[in-house]
Amino acid sequence: MATKKLAFMVKTLPYKTEESRLALTHAIASQTVEIYLEDGEMVEPVVAFFGDGVMNCLKNQKAMNTYGVTSIESHLKNSLLLDLKVLICKEDVERLGLSEDSLIMDAEDIGGETKASIVPFTEIMKEMETSDHLLFF
Amino acid sequence: MGKLTIGCFSSLVGSLSLDFAVKLSEAAIKKGHKVDLWVSGNATMLSKKGQKAFKDYSALEKKVQELLATGNFQTTACEACAEARGYKKDDTMEGFQRHSMDWYLASCFSADRVLHIGGD
Repeated sequence: MATKKLAFMVKTLPYKTEESRLALTHAIASQTVEIYLEDGEMVEPVVAFFGDGVMNCLKNQKAMNTYGVTSIESHLKNSLLLDLKVLICKEDVERLGLSEDSLIMDAEDIGGETKASIVPFTEIMKEMETSDHLLFF
Repeated sequence: MGKLTIGCFSSLVGSLSLDFAVKLSEAAIKKGHKVDLWVSGNATMLSKKGQKAFKDYSALEKKVQELLATGNFQTTACEACAEARGYKKDDTMEGFQRHSMDWYLASCFSADRVLHIGGD
């Protein structure tokens, strides 16, 4: 059984560009990639937010009210609902004066069981080292 | 020989990232490799046929057609990103494919190397 791990590395601010949204929508696309693969082949996504990218994880985003578009929050919750591994860089959370309470750590309100993890950058580096391909957004 | 997958998210006009991606594709093909080029976000502009080739702006339709003719190059636009920008199927350059994002991940799966070039 062949599995390729793809790391979606999100370093850009939300909404300023389309990058972080596309990171999440591409990561979520891993759920349907099998239609292009052989039996037993899989893509394992991991999403890591670091640098200014951790701002994508702020709770209570009002993109629908403000811009009339779905929020990054909804995409992040969908990722957790689909059991994607989501990592948030601890050093950058602290650097930006954020706290765990201010961040989207789960998708319990939509029935998700998987939680995001705030981890030191060394943990994110380990994910990068064990990934087959790195995609920076 | 290997397979290179390139994902590009920058617009054709307003950035030279797509020019770089296509030049890199050409170089890899000349070395005997196969190349998949995925364009998403603003980069779906590359798939639009009939763009006028002004000297002041990037114009890659001719080069893309040359690369497609080698048989070692395929290029695919994100269908949702294209539709969101008003690029309909009928507007798509000959030989350019349109698929959902899982096509890119599958291409990454079978690639020897992936070069992901972000947008803007």
